[in-house]
Amino acid sequence: MSQQTITLTVNNQVYERTVEPRLLLSDFLRHELGLTGTHVGCEHGVCGACTILFDGAAVRSCLMLAVQTNGHELMTVEGLAPGPDKLHPLQQAFHEAHALQCGFCTPGFLMTLLPFLQENPHPTEAEIREAISGNLCRCTGYQHILEAVQRVSEQ
Amino acid sequence: MKPAPFVYLAPSTLTEALALLHQHGDEAKILAGGQSLIPVMNFRLAQPSHLIDLNLLHGLDFIRAEVDGLHIGAMTRQRTVERSPLVAALAPLVHETMPFIAHSQIRNRGTFGGSIAHADPAAELPAVALALNARLRLQKQGSERWLAAAEFFTGLFATDLSPDEMLTEVLIPPTPPGMVTAFMEFARRHGDYALVGVAAALTFTPDHTCREARLVYLSVGEIPTLAVQASAMLVGEKLTDELIATAAHAAASEEIEPSGDIHATAAYKRHLAQVLTRRVLQKVRERVGD
Ligand SMILES: Cc1cc2nc3c(=O)[nH]c(=O)nc-3n(C[C@H](O)[C@H](O)[C@H](O)COP(=O)(O)OP(=O)(O)OC[C@H]3O[C@@H](n4cnc5c(N)ncnc54)[C@H](O)[C@@H]3O)c2cc1C
Ligand code: FES
Ligand code: FES
Repeated sequence: MSQQTITLTVNNQVYERTVEPRLLLSDFLRHELGLTGTHVGCEHGVCGACTILFDGAAVRSCLMLAVQTNGHELMTVEGLAPGPDKLHPLQQAFHEAHALQCGFCTPGFLMTLLPFLQENPHPTEAEIREAISGNLCRCTGYQHILEAVQRVSEQ
Repeated sequence: MKPAPFVYLAPSTLTEALALLHQHGDEAKILAGGQSLIPVMNFRLAQPSHLIDLNLLHGLDFIRAEVDGLHIGAMTRQRTVERSPLVAALAPLVHETMPFIAHSQIRNRGTFGGSIAHADPAAELPAVALALNARLRLQKQGSERWLAAAEFFTGLFATDLSPDEMLTEVLIPPTPPGMVTAFMEFARRHGDYALVGVAAALTFTPDHTCREARLVYLSVGEIPTLAVQASAMLVGEKLTDELIATAAHAAASEEIEPSGDIHATAAYKRHLAQVLTRRVLQKVRERVGD
């Protein structure tokens, strides 16, 4: 299969790679760039674990092809924390509110909530529930996730 | 669960895209938002030999108000339509329906045209297009035609599009004076495909008599279903509780053919259709009163 060379920015770092067109963006991030924070649960758009930011908007990376990112700017969960010893306020709130157990779903929730809170810093409970309706968590029962979001939105 | 190999083509103009479609036709698939196509490719239920990606193509992403109505380009993202003040003002039914489509992350990629071309019987936009008598612009190399939504949907995930044709634009006719619309659906969770949904578009005289009515259902058959008789019952009348109940009963018991699945039996879907029809007409009545 003919390969294509793409140049993209992920977490402010520029990458150039040559890929097969059928390579999913989720696999590209994990296997080619080693950014394994983006998780893969279902590969058909249902679970939300693979959510990343594409030009600032939350999208499913399992439903895009790596070749489609040429010239675009991406952000994954690895880009969230300001430094190795410091968490992003949203991550800190998840930590404090016990909003994760196994943590498999967490990157997807964080990347969904980041643009949501930027647009709507003080959401209602109903708005939060709708915002996370596209992300599945099999551990927490969502209540603590809700509380984490309320915690950051009160700051 | 990875796509089978394909030749990736990313045209930058419509002319080029139509030429590629002409050349590869049957063998090729158009990639719009990919929110329905990529899942089936991941499962290898679809294995197109050529993928024609429209995401680099400029010119199919627009929302324009013209004298003949509201024009929405096929590649306009669902999220853009959802947030457009022009759509909210000129096509309130579309505006009201958008948040019911999947989740924000899906709507950020999914396109207005892709949802209609995909013709999923559980999708909201095909039903809304039918309720509003939308017209669809279908283009192929060297020619084009405009088709009414009523003639576009031909079966389960099937449309009147020929393999070398593309949906490029949707035209929503101007809202006639006195038109009131509403949308409702029942889904197991917000963002899931609806078990049943109904789009209502009614037109009233100044004294609140119904002049025209279109009740269109989703998820109750192979294609979006216009309840002809129930809609006709409303015409020439005022929306009383009795009339609403009669129409809801007629629509749910005679005009839809839902099939049961693991989430709902056919009988339960009929029940839901009746309840939703009643509620949507009550909502319309409230809005007429405003
Ligand atoms: C988890 C999940 C939940 C969802 N829930 C809902 C829901 O509740 N309601 C709903 O309506 N949808 C739902 N969807 C589907 C979503 O709305 C899709 O975006 C939409 O159905 C297809 O649009 P697309 O732009 O992504 O098209 P694609 O996936 O790119 O294409 C779909 C099909 O249409 C063809 N096509 C696309 N554009 C054109 C065109 N312009 N001309 C001709 N053919 C074309 C493609 O070749 C393909 O066969 C859901 C999807 C997911 C993953
Ligand atoms: S892995 Fe992408 S949504 Fe589940
Ligand atoms: S914390 Fe385990 S799935 Fe959410």
